[in-house]
Amino acid sequence: MNINLKIWRQGSGATKGGLRAYRLENIDPNISFLEMLDILNIKLVKEKKDPVAFDHDCREGICGSCGFMINGRPHGPQKATTVCQLHMRAFNNEDNILLEPFRAESFPVIKDLSVDRKAFDRIISSGGYVSTNTGEAPEANSITIEKEYADEAFLASACIGCGACVAACKNSSAMLFTSAKVSHLSLLPQGQEEGKERVAEMVATMDEEGFGSCTNTGACSAECPKEIGQVNIARLNQEYISSSLYSLLKKKQ
Amino acid sequence: MTDFNLFSKAPEGELYTKWEEYKNSLKKLTPEEANKYKIIVIGTGLAGASASATLAESGFNVHAFSFHESPRRAHSIAAQGGINAAKNYKSDGDSVMRLFYDTIKGGDFRSREDNVYRLAEISKNIIDQCVAQGVPFAREYGGLLDNRSFGGVQVSRTFYARGQTGQQLLLGAYSALSRQMEKKKVVFYPRHDMLDVVLVDGKAKGIVTRNLVDGKIETHSADIVILATGGYSNVYYLSTNAMASNVTANWRAHRKGALFANPSFTQIHPTCIPVKNDFQSKLTLMSESLRNDGRVWVPKKKNDQRKPTEIPEEERDYYLERIYPAFGNLVPRDVASRRAKEVCDEGRGIGPTGFAVYLDFQKAIDEKGEDFIREKYGNLFDMYQNITDENPYKTPMKIYPAVHYTMGGLWVDYNLMTTVKGLFSIGESNFSDHGANRLGASALMQGLADGYFVVPHTAMDFLAKEAPLLKDITDRPEFKEAEEKTKNEINKLMGVNGKMAVDEVHRELGKVVWDKIGMARNEAGLKEALSEIPKIKEKFWGNISIPGSEKDVNQELEKALRIKDFIELAELMAFDALDRKESCGAHFREEYQTEENEAQRNDQDYKYVAAWDYSENENPKLFKEELKYNNVKLKTRSYK
Repeated sequence: MNINLKIWRQGSGATKGGLRAYRLENIDPNISFLEMLDILNIKLVKEKKDPVAFDHDCREGICGSCGFMINGRPHGPQKATTVCQLHMRAFNNEDNILLEPFRAESFPVIKDLSVDRKAFDRIISSGGYVSTNTGEAPEANSITIEKEYADEAFLASACIGCGACVAACKNSSAMLFTSAKVSHLSLLPQGQEEGKERVAEMVATMDEEGFGSCTNTGACSAECPKEIGQVNIARLNQEYISSSLYSLLKKKQ
Repeated sequence: MTDFNLFSKAPEGELYTKWEEYKNSLKKLTPEEANKYKIIVIGTGLAGASASATLAESGFNVHAFSFHESPRRAHSIAAQGGINAAKNYKSDGDSVMRLFYDTIKGGDFRSREDNVYRLAEISKNIIDQCVAQGVPFAREYGGLLDNRSFGGVQVSRTFYARGQTGQQLLLGAYSALSRQMEKKKVVFYPRHDMLDVVLVDGKAKGIVTRNLVDGKIETHSADIVILATGGYSNVYYLSTNAMASNVTANWRAHRKGALFANPSFTQIHPTCIPVKNDFQSKLTLMSESLRNDGRVWVPKKKNDQRKPTEIPEEERDYYLERIYPAFGNLVPRDVASRRAKEVCDEGRGIGPTGFAVYLDFQKAIDEKGEDFIREKYGNLFDMYQNITDENPYKTPMKIYPAVHYTMGGLWVDYNLMTTVKGLFSIGESNFSDHGANRLGASALMQGLADGYFVVPHTAMDFLAKEAPLLKDITDRPEFKEAEEKTKNEINKLMGVNGKMAVDEVHRELGKVVWDKIGMARNEAGLKEALSEIPKIKEKFWGNISIPGSEKDVNQELEKALRIKDFIELAELMAFDALDRKESCGAHFREEYQTEENEAQRNDQDYKYVAAWDYSENENPKLFKEELKYNNVKLKTRSYK
């Protein structure tokens, strides 16, 4: 198949970028989208031109490194699929394909399609953990967890931190990402003790990092390659309200 | 040339109590004392993140470096199947002793007894630790932890979180690390490649790094350096490792005096999605856990072009069940891989290339139902369908072996210290626990054992005997010299200005390594590899092209720096495989096999760890660590 690419090119440190057109011919529809970009890059290198920078690593849809906009959608057209798991058979011969980086104030562009998502790490650092030191743990089976809760917690913790939710949101909200971690830990007995501080701290960091507010449009879940559900946002809100009430009551006392 | 007398430094005494007693005898520092020391950790996967977090909890100041943007991106995240622990929750006769024995036997008696016993012992603490962190392991309806069985063993001791165990364990270690970052006990340097270790008076006291965002060459000093930099499967170009996994940090340490042990012990995983065409950039593993319910077969007839569903039972050869009635589809990885190669070489392979075998779930689906299979392996089946465009619930999977893990690595003693003082190596980056073949679900176990429970004690002991630096010493000439050398090397690479993309050279290298130092090796092939690799090296230094600037994001330069080291490593692998005139575990020398085509070990002459030094212009020199077995009897591995 032949394809016509338009790719956002932006030098590192440069504030302005622009779209550039590339054409590739005789592409095997069974190769992955990133293998198609590999072919383009080898071609560019041989022409002594700067290849397209993009983040990727495991190419198995689990490390969360890859991700950019394809025709306006994070990770492209296929549901529940990261860019690295997308294959060229999802496109047609002579398609025009537009590639842009995730757009969000909190995700500055590093170069071309690569963006800086360190803000996510800072959200986790502000409370996305159980405070337990190595060696202090009790015997594992002394904590029993109903399968139903364990499974729900797993579904929330399956988030890969790719940032598609932020890119999909008109407000660039990080609510789905943050709520997935809050949900994961609030569903488990291990996460209860610090629950109230956790949600307050993580939401505060999310705001400080410049992510927008959530208006529950559901665009995030719809584009999430791991199908992290809206139910997590509801859980975060519930946790947040109870945390706020708790701190109000504490102040009054 | 330095001479090395390799001594494991494992303490004397009873195997069962050795580690506990030794641990208690190690020197301790209070958090206030520890606060005077700075530790550099390279790599923040399972081993690096767990070590960094635990050392910070003890009071040390940790500076952790990764080429990734976040610790959560490390390749540990891709481990699917599970993590072993001798908890014996299933009351099926499991014990520390049994896990120890399975691991020694699985490694074909080429690992150190003391290390392996310690690993088996610690396995139990790891599960406790991870559960306390909130790792959502699979559970039974009663709320207790669930287990499954894995290749090479006959008990159920593998803890798992669907097919995403590595992800959940890494996120656990990452959360512990994040907590210490918040407390300012860990400083994390994202997007930094380590390009050299700096030695001061023979001890590792710092590193040289390249900032991948602005290209700046930086130096950092510390009291010790810990390498947690993973394995080198990407020397084969195609492997199941993530694209950026590399040997560079280890190789640079090797060049500075850290011996490299058993480099040719590389694991070929039997269940991967077969190569489809020349553009293939990497291979995808299908978890070994699938062999619990999947049956491996090929047609009895050669070149059988029929659809698998059209081939009747009696015309199928379930060759693993046939040859190994006791373990069947659950034989260890090296055995399953070699047998797949064998049936394909006979012309009975399937699919368009003939290099694939079937992994069939029909029987399990008939007996246990499709929902049961979906619950257990759903995400793996989805991944398979997405990549191949075939539905594995309806038609058997096609699989073929691929490079997956490297047992070889930097030589370390019982304290996990390399032959360079103050330079430690943990996780897949060292050679220590898996001998000539690693059992499934043991990589996560080893990474976390080293990081959470071993190196924090042994590094503290080492530091307690060292005066702290208390200041930055990067103005010393050793640092300036290393920095200059790194800059010169980069300039040299940028100046080649040839016609080939780095990936093209890498692909050529990979083909030679896969063909000659892959699943089966022989003397002639290894000698050919030794004559072909220098030609690839010449091509690399004479004809690669790196556009752009070194003072900028430059992913081609990043790759070139890694490929350069892979080429040198490939040569060492050939030397190592040539030296070992026996077959053991994953190292299968065609000249040394039994009549039944099983590996023929030679304990008389090769019961050693082969550790190699580095020399710029001469062949590497071999140093041997003789292995002693006081608690197990050496036997021929049998899974029949």
